[in-house]
Amino acid sequence: MKVVVDFDLCESNAVCMNIAPEVFEVRDDDFLYILNETPEPALHEKVREAAERCPKQAITLEG
Amino acid sequence: MVTIAVAGASLAGVQAAQVLRRQGFDGRLVVIGDEPHQPYDRPPLSKEYLTADEPDEERLKLRATADPAALDLDWRLGRAAVSLDLAGSTVVLDDGEAIAFDGLVVATGASPRRLPGQDPGAEAGDGSSAATLLELRTLDDARRLRAAIDGGATRIVVCGAGFIGAEVAASARQRGVDVTLIDAAPAPMDRVLDREAGMAVADLHRANGVDVRLGVKVTEVAAGEDRAGALVTLDDGAELAADVVVVGIGVVPNTAWLDGSGLTIDDGVVTDATTLAAERVVAAGDVARWPNQRFGGSLMRVEQWDNAIDMGGHAARRLLAELDGGQPEPFRPVPWFWSDQYDRKIQLAGVVGPHREIVQGTMDEGRFVQLYADDDGRFCGALCWNRPRQAIQARQLVADGGTLDAARERLG
Ligand SMILES: Cc1cc2nc3c(=O)[nH]c(=O)nc-3n(C[C@H](O)[C@H](O)[C@H](O)COP(=O)(O)OP(=O)(O)OC[C@H]3O[C@@H](n4cnc5c(N)ncnc54)[C@H](O)[C@@H]3O)c2cc1C
Ligand code: SF4
Repeated sequence: MKVVVDFDLCESNAVCMNIAPEVFEVRDDDFLYILNETPEPALHEKVREAAERCPKQAITLEG
Repeated sequence: MVTIAVAGASLAGVQAAQVLRRQGFDGRLVVIGDEPHQPYDRPPLSKEYLTADEPDEERLKLRATADPAALDLDWRLGRAAVSLDLAGSTVVLDDGEAIAFDGLVVATGASPRRLPGQDPGAEAGDGSSAATLLELRTLDDARRLRAAIDGGATRIVVCGAGFIGAEVAASARQRGVDVTLIDAAPAPMDRVLDREAGMAVADLHRANGVDVRLGVKVTEVAAGEDRAGALVTLDDGAELAADVVVVGIGVVPNTAWLDGSGLTIDDGVVTDATTLAAERVVAAGDVARWPNQRFGGSLMRVEQWDNAIDMGGHAARRLLAELDGGQPEPFRPVPWFWSDQYDRKIQLAGVVGPHREIVQGTMDEGRFVQLYADDDGRFCGALCWNRPRQAIQARQLVADGGTLDAARERLG
């Protein structure tokens, strides 16, 4: 699984970070950072949920 | 083979289907949707879809169904469910097909409330005002509105300043259209926000050149003089000429097909606290009304994006528990919604309460965090403008039962 974020759509609301903090982090500069672009299988469920719950549908999961 | 039917192929229904598969359901999964389109996301319809140079319909498609084969669904698109026989566990479609099910997810959403004489199928130029009366719920509605603006509409009257009406007003303004925004209530978004915050929404629109008229009702929409547009009469006597009138006066749940089925219908499909409407039948999304135990168990029907997804997933798990004899869980979410207008991101986490205090920024700046507490002084929600991260933190704090002090500390 590869995590791709469309930063033109992302509004840094940190919905994803709340669900999968191992992978997504919105820092104090209000930008989203992807901590781990290829999360291990144990995290896939959470990452999938983060992608579903992103209100801007900015997260795409490849593979 | 075990069959689960999902009525309504939009956010809640598709999410339910997806979670059913993810939880290992390997039976037949029939998804019925009366729109001809592949499932798509609605929030952009009142925002980017109207304002973008080129609307991108590909982008609207729900991610879950981008690869329709992956979920192995038995689609019935462009087909409506017309009746439910509970005793016989059968759903009948408009072409007469009867689908026998072991489990059913009701996710038929809601449709716009209409003014008398409003007919969304009317063609322009038939001499009536009907063709100028638009609404915004579906992709087809959005195409019509976009086409009107692209086609040179210069005056739009928006009836109803709820979040859809307010977003349409903002998007049309951004396209350079003259906009009049009308609501019978004393403030915009009056059903969801506190009055003062609602007035801040009015100020925002006025600052952007919208003619905002509050506390007035539309008494008549007649054909315009040139027969192309409309003439809107208000109960204070004002007359407004418009090329297009957009009606956004709320929605009603799509339950007509369930009349006489034996399900409890009362402003939606009423379920128990776990989303169960009847034996082996669950409901989710805009159509569902359930007692949310987190807020004292009073019946709630939530017309919001995140709730449709959350509840769709919950209903799927609830249905599996019903079929496998698992342990049912109550659905007790903290609501959360957003609305984008101009450069403002307005977000409400939790619910509005009688006590409120701004702990960051000011309304004038258009960037603030306002906390709410209920009658007992308990922290129950937060309104954030251009503070999207704080909204999500607030939601988590409400879920965790955080105190007002903790909220001040975290969000101040
Ligand atoms: C323009 C617009 C902008 C929005 N913006 C926001 C926003 O910014 N933030 C936010 O939180 N929420 C927003 N929402 C609300 C959000 O989109 C809805 O809460 C969500 O779509 C509800 O999903 P649902 O699946 O329950 O119902 P719906 O999306 O209403 O889907 C129900 C589906 O079932 C179909 N159907 C109905 N009856 C039948 C039948 N008998 N047989 C078969 N199919 C049937 C309908 O045609 C529809 O396709 C917006 C909504 C709109 C319309
Ligand atoms: S949930 Fe979506 S919009 Fe929000 S920070 Fe994550 S990627 Fe960005």
